[in-house]
Amino acid sequence: MTAIQIVRAGALTTVQDLGRPGYAHLGVPRSGALDQAAHRLANHLVGNEPGAATLETTLTGVTVRALEPVVVAVCGAVAPIRRDGHPAPWAAPIALNAGETLDIGSATQGVHNYVAFAGAIAVPPVLGSRSTDLLSGLGPQRLRDGDILPLGNPGSPPHPADTYPVTVTAPDPEPNHGSAFELPILPGPRAEHFPDLAWQVLTGNEYTVSQHSNRVALRLEGPPLRRTGPDTIPSEGAVLGAIQVPADGLPIVFLADHPPTGGYPVIAVVPVAALGLAAQAPPGARLRFRRVEH
Amino acid sequence: MKILRYGAHALLVECADLAEVTALHAELTRRRAAAALPPLDDIVPAERTVLIDGIAEPAELAADLPTWSLSTTPADRAQIVDIRVHYDGPDLAEVAAAWNVPTADVAKVHSAREYRVAFCGFTPGFAYLVGLPEAYHLPRRPTPRVSIPAGSVAVAGPYTGVYPCSSPGGWHLIGTTDADLWDLDRPGPALLEPGSAVRFIPMPDADTPTGADIPTTNGTR
Repeated sequence: MTAIQIVRAGALTTVQDLGRPGYAHLGVPRSGALDQAAHRLANHLVGNEPGAATLETTLTGVTVRALEPVVVAVCGAVAPIRRDGHPAPWAAPIALNAGETLDIGSATQGVHNYVAFAGAIAVPPVLGSRSTDLLSGLGPQRLRDGDILPLGNPGSPPHPADTYPVTVTAPDPEPNHGSAFELPILPGPRAEHFPDLAWQVLTGNEYTVSQHSNRVALRLEGPPLRRTGPDTIPSEGAVLGAIQVPADGLPIVFLADHPPTGGYPVIAVVPVAALGLAAQAPPGARLRFRRVEH
Repeated sequence: MKILRYGAHALLVECADLAEVTALHAELTRRRAAAALPPLDDIVPAERTVLIDGIAEPAELAADLPTWSLSTTPADRAQIVDIRVHYDGPDLAEVAAAWNVPTADVAKVHSAREYRVAFCGFTPGFAYLVGLPEAYHLPRRPTPRVSIPAGSVAVAGPYTGVYPCSSPGGWHLIGTTDADLWDLDRPGPALLEPGSAVRFIPMPDADTPTGADIPTTNGTR
């Protein structure tokens, strides 16, 4: 059986696919790749199905060793990529020989890289998904140096890079100098819990991505949003991309590992298609919310 | 019933009370099983709401929902889950005092009725069971415990429940069970799902094993 070894796990590397939606009524988070477009592209480049499991890295990349020959592709954040010490392409198939290492360095733009392997990471699925869910602990553990991961059999042949348009969905690399990026928002269900002014504050100011952001949520710093209702409400189901406003008024954008229910009012929702951009925003990145219509 | 748009692909239905939540959840589940709903990802009941998530065109369903007639359906008696309990929790005496019954009668009060799962959450496999009369509703403990052992049977507010894994919590602990609330090696990992009917069976002898009697799919034990 083909396998890879994690030589250097980096700050946080997990196995991710498209997650396990459909179990929220049992208290199970959806989980899955934070930047689904990058995850899908990496899979496409090595000939995998979109739901095949990839590695998701965080800020400092990962180093893996091929124990058998395998074709890989790296998408998502912009980062230096090396195959046995030599520069290798981003968002293109790379053929690794047995024993060769693939090193992804620290991200210079964005946060998360997605590393797809032809044949896909073949750890046992849990509730139909191989995703690591850091909130409830389902799926494989976060990866450690030395871990060995099995791969499945490659499906269709790899796709050359020039058959697929590549765009980088990652905020500016130098948040202190660049301009704020924009996240679209739709109205949430709890407008009556906020004065009209709260919407003006949310859409009229810049927010900064907090260092406390993680796979559960993008946490933001900036002008707090006033609320008119009580501090907490009876817990209610929450969708991916929901913007919760806790008592301190600082908006929290729910990402893949978000709890299925929450007890703070939701003012707005970031459409799923824009969440990859949100998840690729490093701490310190500045953003503006822009209201869009259904 | 108030229907709220929730982003592009979800509706949040706010109900008058928990009974309407239960009735709406049952009706949604029935229609989904009969393929009478558009494809969707999740139906998530909670204390006052039902979230319907992952619908391509929520506007159509939003227009249709108010025309539904909801009725509270009795639980299928063949589908009742029996959970055997040792009533030996550390808060037994406090709960007895608050309920104004002798300590030995907490088991009698708690096991005298049938419960329904209103909703799940907090952690995978944790079910909020309703059916305890209002006279026995207690506020949560002022200071939550840092760690509650798996299998603890507890009460708080209108709810009773069983902790599926060791976790922090502020509910009053009245008993323990070996019932496996969450087992990923089962086809349905959650012993209790929204709508499940549950009975607690007191085990008088501390040496008697507890656990659960789970109905099989054809309704026999």
